[in-house]
Amino acid sequence: MKILSAWLREFLPAISADDRQLADDLTLRGIAVEGVFNVDGGSLYEMDITTNRVDAMNHYGIAREAATIYNVALKPLSATLPKAIAAKPYPVKIDAPELCGRFTAQVIRNVKIGQSTGKLAEKFAQLEQKPIFNAVDASNYVLLGMGHPTHAFDLDKLEGGIVVRRANKGEKLKLLDGTERVLEADDLVVADEKKAVALAGVMGGWDTMITAETKNILVEAAWFDQASIRRSSRRHGLHTDASHRFERGADFNAAPLANALVCELILAACGGELHGEMVDVVIAEAAKKTANRAAVSLSVAEVRRHLGATVDGKGIAAEIIEQYLTALGCSLQPTGDGAYAVTLPSWRLDLEREIDLIEEIARVYGYNRFANTFPAFAGAVQELPWEPKHAAVRRKLQALGFNEAVSSTFCSAEEATNFSGGGVPMGNPLSEEAGMLRPSLLPGMITMLEYNLNRDIADVALYESGTVFSGSTAHVSERQMICLGTTGAASATALSSADNALFYEMKGAVELLASIFTHSQLSFTAQSPAWLEPGRGAQVSVDGVAIGWFGQLSGAEAQRRKLKQAVYLCELDLQKLYALPLRQPVSREVSRFPAVERDFSFFFADSIHWEKISGAVASLGIAEMSSPQPIEIFRDAKGKSVPAGEYSLLLRVVFQSPERTLRDEEISTWCGQIVTALTALGGRMRA
Amino acid sequence: MNESIPQLQSYDDAALEQAFSALAAEVRDGAAKLSSAEAQEQFRLDWLGRKQGRLKLVSDAWLKTAPPEARKPLGIRFNQLKQQIEEALSGGNGSTSATATSGALDLTLPGTRRSIGVEHPLVRTTNQIVSVFKAMGYSLAVGPEVETDYYNFESLNFPPNHPARDTQDTLVLASQESKPLRERLLMRTHTSPVQIRTMEQQAPPLRIVIPGKVYRNEAEDATHLARFQQVEGLCVDTNITFSDLKGTLDHAMKALFGSSVKTRFFPSFFPFTEPSADMQISCIFCGGKGCRKCKHSGWIELLGCGMVDPTVFGFVAEKQPAYDPKKISGFAFGMGVERIAMMQYGVSSVGNFYSADMRFLEQFA
Ligand SMILES: [Zn+2]
Repeated sequence: MKILSAWLREFLPAISADDRQLADDLTLRGIAVEGVFNVDGGSLYEMDITTNRVDAMNHYGIAREAATIYNVALKPLSATLPKAIAAKPYPVKIDAPELCGRFTAQVIRNVKIGQSTGKLAEKFAQLEQKPIFNAVDASNYVLLGMGHPTHAFDLDKLEGGIVVRRANKGEKLKLLDGTERVLEADDLVVADEKKAVALAGVMGGWDTMITAETKNILVEAAWFDQASIRRSSRRHGLHTDASHRFERGADFNAAPLANALVCELILAACGGELHGEMVDVVIAEAAKKTANRAAVSLSVAEVRRHLGATVDGKGIAAEIIEQYLTALGCSLQPTGDGAYAVTLPSWRLDLEREIDLIEEIARVYGYNRFANTFPAFAGAVQELPWEPKHAAVRRKLQALGFNEAVSSTFCSAEEATNFSGGGVPMGNPLSEEAGMLRPSLLPGMITMLEYNLNRDIADVALYESGTVFSGSTAHVSERQMICLGTTGAASATALSSADNALFYEMKGAVELLASIFTHSQLSFTAQSPAWLEPGRGAQVSVDGVAIGWFGQLSGAEAQRRKLKQAVYLCELDLQKLYALPLRQPVSREVSRFPAVERDFSFFFADSIHWEKISGAVASLGIAEMSSPQPIEIFRDAKGKSVPAGEYSLLLRVVFQSPERTLRDEEISTWCGQIVTALTALGGRMRA
Repeated sequence: MNESIPQLQSYDDAALEQAFSALAAEVRDGAAKLSSAEAQEQFRLDWLGRKQGRLKLVSDAWLKTAPPEARKPLGIRFNQLKQQIEEALSGGNGSTSATATSGALDLTLPGTRRSIGVEHPLVRTTNQIVSVFKAMGYSLAVGPEVETDYYNFESLNFPPNHPARDTQDTLVLASQESKPLRERLLMRTHTSPVQIRTMEQQAPPLRIVIPGKVYRNEAEDATHLARFQQVEGLCVDTNITFSDLKGTLDHAMKALFGSSVKTRFFPSFFPFTEPSADMQISCIFCGGKGCRKCKHSGWIELLGCGMVDPTVFGFVAEKQPAYDPKKISGFAFGMGVERIAMMQYGVSSVGNFYSADMRFLEQFA
């Protein structure tokens, strides 16, 4: 909104601040001047008025703020009108008193319509307000000056008197913008006896507008219900200066003054004379809800309880409260004990409660004049049970080289189906790809891996922790999950080929995550969902509770995404993981006695898995033996050094006693038992 | 030099001591004369030469013929001697220059690193903010991202026809139209519902800090996305004042951005606070003198805040009567994490935070 400093000064004869100072002082009080530009005779302010301050969306309203800040006089607004030629009052009827609270009408006859000149035209030019005809400009000038919307009809186009009523469903009305609107019963119209002539509070009608030929005018200034105007404005997609003000709460008492001010301008610019006294129909119920609201009680103690200390150490005193509120248009009646009954100004419908008045006092006093104090606190910080667990999980994943990432909360319907069998649909999704609440972090993770692969970043390791959603549009459940994703060139290790190294890396990450928590059994089972490649994925269970999956993304999904290389994924349910207590490390004495390593090299059939081998060795129950470790696994595709369908395994055990040096003979005995056990599994010792 | 190695008289301790002391004295004498590269090379050959070096001779003459029980003490002395020679060669006596050392490593090659992953910059910033408030007694609180209209709007004093409630501004779930307004499900537009949910569970005094994702139905550009992250705070007790709000946030900003940072407050408007304020900090780039980053104003807008509106306490009091606005008061504040992180790390486009581009993320290692 544009405001001219010179126009403000017309209402502030005693102000001494310059334009720059005035802009700063207004801004600090919440009447934000965003830009100050030089214009002839002063400054143009570009302003941003918060939606609750409709009273300050005009020059007089802002001048009132300035008068309050500087404690200077504000020139009263009034119109000087000649005596009207006696005539019958113009007939005005309000048929929808719940929607129209007040309607004023004034007839002016024998006007000459033309272009605006002089001071008004200059101000319009500076404010970039488009001039139309002098009589119409008068209405706009009053809107800019004191904020109340008015309208001028061509009186000769009106058939019979004014009726303010609800529209008939299907009723048609061509508006000033040239569009024809089909109305609803919920629309309020200003009508004559035959037809609607304006969409009340939003826009006037085409057929009754002022034209170059207009001779006689009816000036309207009214008050309409906020909600009704908002609904009509929305319904018809019409946001006008008038609707903007009415829907935020116009000044009930301003209607007759606005009407008179418009008449004064029209008489000066277009000539003509007033016919009959101004008609002013007031609905008492509406007045009670606006201009005649009950007084609000305000106590000095309550002001101080909410606002606290001031920089000058005095706090907010009663005199300050009286001065500010009076300047803003309230009247204060002391009721004893440092309290007042405060009558509220008709133009401030945003003020309703004691706290609203307290805010006004803080605002005018200036927020930055309050001290910076620190409240005492008797409570203590309560840590949520999952906080240290989540911190440990994130720290460990970062230590493994996984970068933390954040993906979209939404996914496509197809992704929801493929990764979870369904999801909860959005009503107004941002896009089709974001049509569902994500039931899994996997689609987002794949998208992030894909993003990197498409940019030739071939080695990627990411994790995301976040919310996934399940249920229905009737009821949605949220769970916290963690998702890991890797892709890249991996080199073969002693235990894995290049082709499956990342699989075992992912398994290692899962094992590390599990190791953060106290548990007795971590197991991996071969059953896996469709999004995992068969034989290359596993379900992860801790103490018999399935907590998620990991493995290689299925060929079908990788194909669909056109991924250039294999992708490994893991998704775990954090709720289930965090149900376990954090593992408290317990130190064991490191033995002073020498450890003896023994390696065993065997051929095994592919069907003999490590679990069987390690189990067979462990079940020998040798107390001095640490759990067996696979050191090297080797297969030979050509079947030369290792027969086809078999693999060679180098297995290591470590013997050590916490109490003594072990004897060669007992070690030999144990080794013999191990060889026997391995042979019993079908293993053949390598030569 | 090539002196031969004397015959060892016996393998007892005294004999070994005598023989090795003599050799050690010779090493010392030789080491003292290592003033040139040539001298150093000669010394190396004399003692460590693979075929005729004296150490090799010692090994052949003494070590290999030693009886088993003497091997250990002999070996120890042998190694000590070898170490003495190597130290002399590596410049341990300070008389040789580094360039003279053969086999020295190229110190200008970059070090190699075991790769570590990084914390996401938004999480990093969030955690920084959270820990500042934790240090002031605030506990973490979280809540659902799918909210009801009641918790997201109604209980926060949004009027029924507030524009934010429109699907133009808010992402809503499908098929909500048949439900009563307050039960309709939507993506929370701010973290404030967690204030209500927490107050319903816990009587005052209360201090909570609430990080989380929020959503708006908005066109996306370089500085705005339809989803973003907030950190919000709430403090409720008897006698919490507007000046407490100012002091708390001023302290928090100094903890986050440095003790020279200043704050200032402007009136603003939010449905759930009254008085409401916007807080600015002095520009962290120019110190307040004015620069491009602060649009030459010297100030940067950082967060919205205010005293909790009594109407909000009224909604809470339906379940938790201790929130009687006549007896308690409180303040709340909320800030956008992306904006702060962009400022802290010089990120130009908010989209960077959500692409998971490794080249972007690894900058935060
Ligand atoms: Zn700056």
